[in-house]
Amino acid sequence: MARKRPPYKPQQDKEKGIELEGNVIENLPNARFRVKLDESNSEILAHVSGKMRMNYIRILPGDRVRVELSPYDLTMGRIVYRYK
Amino acid sequence: MGLIKSRGEIDLMKESGRIVAKTLRVVSAKIAPGVTPKELNDLADQHIRSEGGVPSFLNYRGFPAAACISVNSIVVHGIPSNIPLEEGDVCSLDFGVVKNGWHADGAWTYPVGKISVEAERLMKVTREALNQGIAKARPGNRIGDISATIQRYCESNGYGVVRDLVGHGIGQALHEAPHAIPNFGRAGKGDLLREGMTICIEPMINQGTYKVIQWPDQWTIETADKKLSAHFEHTIAISRDGAEIVTQE
Repeated sequence: MARKRPPYKPQQDKEKGIELEGNVIENLPNARFRVKLDESNSEILAHVSGKMRMNYIRILPGDRVRVELSPYDLTMGRIVYRYK
Repeated sequence: MGLIKSRGEIDLMKESGRIVAKTLRVVSAKIAPGVTPKELNDLADQHIRSEGGVPSFLNYRGFPAAACISVNSIVVHGIPSNIPLEEGDVCSLDFGVVKNGWHADGAWTYPVGKISVEAERLMKVTREALNQGIAKARPGNRIGDISATIQRYCESNGYGVVRDLVGHGIGQALHEAPHAIPNFGRAGKGDLLREGMTICIEPMINQGTYKVIQWPDQWTIETADKKLSAHFEHTIAISRDGAEIVTQE
């Protein structure tokens, strides 16, 4: 009896951080920003996602952004969207 | 479930293999137009038990019969039906036997009455592919050497090599390590073959495309273009100077 090969499974989704919104309050070196989150009112350090950099989306203090928090360190995050 | 079997363990498997070969011989003698696969299955079941073995396919992952009987465009895992065989069909019998805790698994494709020249050629090529694969099964070679040989031979004859099903290791379980002995691949790749390994080499070769579909019964595998398919299988043990065929009398 031939053995059935297990069906091909694409790689599972990587674990994703929590997505939140906030305001950029300060720009820092290395394309990083300090973002004040709406919900917790806390300030976190966030960098701009590679996808946004590829598309030359600039971030300035005062912009509203969506950030994805690292599940390991809730004071670090990645900016994934800039609201118009 | 050791990967390497001792001499004594291989001898136990050869006893199961002897029953497989004898049952194939006895059952295939009954193949004729008008006979149903169900009757062949019952005969196989009865014969395996009369030799002191147990059919290892029965209830394996829920398979409902002792033998896989695959007619014409069915590649493998056909559930024995009540549809009588017809003159010109090709019919593969595939079954396993477990005796004293050791398995053996073998398959052969037979003509029903007189068959077409093309069907004859497909069977001849598939059988030859199995022989060529077995010739590559010796210590120091790799699984890919077997795979590539079978693939090259069959594709150069214009046939399709099924990808979705593969050969396998065998021993105290019907399927065990090494988990895949494909009939396609690259020479020099894959696990190293060592003396004492026991594997099933089973080319499944289609007249047309290599693509297959699975029926809703979750077992029956049919060629996607409904052309003929042949299947030959031996359980072999890797010995010092080549392959030792387990499934023979």
